Amino acid sequence: MSAGTKIVTPKAAPAKEVEKDASMQKQKDMMAAHYDRLTGAHETGAKVCNTFVPGNLNELIMCFDLLNNLPEINAIQSGLRRQSGGYVLEAEKIGHSEDVCTYVKSDIGMMAKGNIGPNGKKMPDPDVLLLSYTGCFTFMKWFELLREQYKCETIMLHTPYMGDGKITKNMVEYMVKQLKEEVIPKLERASGVKFDIDRLREYLKKSTKAEDNLVHVLQQAKKKPSPIDAYFGGIYYIGPIFGAFRGTQDAIDYYDFLREEIDERVAQGKGPVTPDGDMGKERYRLVTEGPPNYTNFRQFWKMFYDEGAVVVASSYTKVGGVYDFGFRHDPEKPLETLAEYCLGVYTNRSLPMRIDMLCNYIDEYDADGLLINSIKSCNSFSAGQLLMMREVEKRTGKPAAFVESDLVDPRYFSAANIKNRLESYFQMVEQKRAGARAA
Amino acid sequence: MATSLKQPAVADIVARATALFEDLNFSSAREWKAAKPGRKVIGYMPIYVPRELMHAGDMLPLGIVGGGDQLEVIHGDAYYQSYICRIPRSTVELGVSGRIDFVDGMLFPSICDVIRNLSGMWKMMFPHVYSRYFDVPQNYKDEIGGNYYINELAELREDLGRLRGKPITDAELANSIGVYNENRRLVRELYNFRAGKPWQVPAAEVYLLMRAGLVLPVEQHSDMLRDYLAAVRVEQRPKRDNCRIVLTGVFCEQPPLNLIKSLELAGCYVVDDDLLLVTRWLTADVPIDGDPMRNLALTFLHHSESTAAKYEPNQKEKGQHLVRAVKRTGAEGVIFACPSFCDPALLDRPILQHVLKDAGIPYIAFKYAENSGQMQPIREQAGTFADSIKLWSGK
Repeated sequence: MSAGTKIVTPKAAPAKEVEKDASMQKQKDMMAAHYDRLTGAHETGAKVCNTFVPGNLNELIMCFDLLNNLPEINAIQSGLRRQSGGYVLEAEKIGHSEDVCTYVKSDIGMMAKGNIGPNGKKMPDPDVLLLSYTGCFTFMKWFELLREQYKCETIMLHTPYMGDGKITKNMVEYMVKQLKEEVIPKLERASGVKFDIDRLREYLKKSTKAEDNLVHVLQQAKKKPSPIDAYFGGIYYIGPIFGAFRGTQDAIDYYDFLREEIDERVAQGKGPVTPDGDMGKERYRLVTEGPPNYTNFRQFWKMFYDEGAVVVASSYTKVGGVYDFGFRHDPEKPLETLAEYCLGVYTNRSLPMRIDMLCNYIDEYDADGLLINSIKSCNSFSAGQLLMMREVEKRTGKPAAFVESDLVDPRYFSAANIKNRLESYFQMVEQKRAGARAA
Repeated sequence: MATSLKQPAVADIVARATALFEDLNFSSAREWKAAKPGRKVIGYMPIYVPRELMHAGDMLPLGIVGGGDQLEVIHGDAYYQSYICRIPRSTVELGVSGRIDFVDGMLFPSICDVIRNLSGMWKMMFPHVYSRYFDVPQNYKDEIGGNYYINELAELREDLGRLRGKPITDAELANSIGVYNENRRLVRELYNFRAGKPWQVPAAEVYLLMRAGLVLPVEQHSDMLRDYLAAVRVEQRPKRDNCRIVLTGVFCEQPPLNLIKSLELAGCYVVDDDLLLVTRWLTADVPIDGDPMRNLALTFLHHSESTAAKYEPNQKEKGQHLVRAVKRTGAEGVIFACPSFCDPALLDRPILQHVLKDAGIPYIAFKYAENSGQMQPIREQAGTFADSIKLWSGK
């Protein structure tokens, strides 16, 4: 090599500015403010309650002036920021199996590496763990693991499973008793704040307002073109209501704002916004089952909108709670309503109920078919999905496809395989359409 | 007719249990059902169901624990992704292939998300078979979890009564509780005997006897246990210089029989385990007098085994069941054998390992599947563990 030779490493092209609706930016700001509240807890003296997204009891938690910290959301944030891969490896290094939930391992790994939140500051240790055991067995083990680490008050709220497709009086009474005799007294003890049921009622009233608007927004996807993507975009929309904001004025304001924004898109005949701007012509309308992949979220989304595919309904946006059948938090029966909310979350519903929901979505949203993103480390969603796929195809006559990835473990995202599968699926949809036209 | 009073030999009893274990068509249960018109068989999966309720309704509770390593899974794999454990796919295979077509009902206990979801699949795949997800409380207070559980038991009892065509009475249930108390006493006696003299009672034999308890009527199983205990006490078997271990993590998907044998061949006497916990889930007798449903419920709440599927409300108590098992049986170490992709066992494992470490109890861990064929790595790992205990434990 001559002395004058200079090796130049090609520079990556500057990252393209991601386009976001104003509501998406507002949601992002809300989340950032919440993370600042959490990481500032040691200064403000606020106490922190870790709990889970499905069936979370934010209204109740707020009654005790506790800050809600959701470890799944932290894992998602780590996934989106490409940090979860290292966290998962760290957890495996300290003895956690490669086979188990990567949300758990991302959380454990994050703790092992200093527990730094998405704002770059240290996350607080919880004062209490509210183990709302709803729709996922792993939750129980997850908080047993955290309890071992933090040695703080841990409160179990057991939600029975809707195995027979119904909520029974026995289930509700069991949950209300747990709330009255276990959960509330322990939250009082951990927080030092006395429970006030009227305060709970006020929060529940606010929840209902936000819930009405969320349902309105999600149902706009019935229009053609759909003004929203109810999977990738839907994740932004559910953030506040399934996170730390349900029951607050912030949530009401956000969902008012979102509703106006989506109504405006409808008025203008616009499709959904994507990271690359407004989506082009809507070519395929899909229903999705299962969570998305977060480590390659934008890449995954792009595979859809590049083909003109929009998700018009998704089961994942019901993971925190299901409002489709008219459920709204009811301030008139505050504890019973919390029980019914927990009981009704999507993954707490039997497989036949889940299949009914997906078939109904395909009909009501006039979808071309079902796409399942099966998550390697989430048995609650994944076990049984192959039967679900066949059953939905049989009942609706619409084609279904199956792709596999993981929540936050980048090792299980194979872009080429997924893209290949999606392209084949879209061809299948075209063939079905051609067949229908010929008939 | 002349009846032989000769006690059956250990080999005969084990041969019978082996034949039951190997029979993937469940012939003995089929014969039991065919022997009297109207008889019903109710299948159940791990980890626990109150078998007394079925017995009280003149039904045969039939334990279904997957297909093991002798069942070729053809259809079952089409229902599950590669990252789901083996037991649901081989159970589906048993169903789809007609091997359990004589079963009138299936119970899917609360153990994990996979078995939970299988309960819904079963409803769809076999719509004419009664099937129920059997939930149990994770709250252990009498007036909270206890009341919930009593009502759940009442629903199951009503369903079973409908299946039989006649309600199950308290007297029938009290009688069945007595029969199962006796069975559990015999199981405990066998486990205690093995803990004292593991060379007399190989782990594989105990396992086969427990498996027999999943398919035989409980009275016959109790007879089998009595016969075995009587026979094994008089038969002299060679004592090896093995270490003594507690085997844990094997409460749902079953390890191959060869795996259990391999552990002892590698130098590890199994002195306690969590295999087939349904046979001894309740650790004390259920009271016979009083309300039988309440008795079953309260015994469940206050006298039942600890395992990963059960929430432990007291952090200090978490994992202590293993420490106690080690002390009670004089074990020198613990082997964690967990099925691949088993969330409960694998998520629990690090916590339990920390407890053992704090208690100074050595352990090793490996994974298996019900159809694992290659035992050499496990034998080597267990052998090294046994050697390390023998050479370095200072005992």
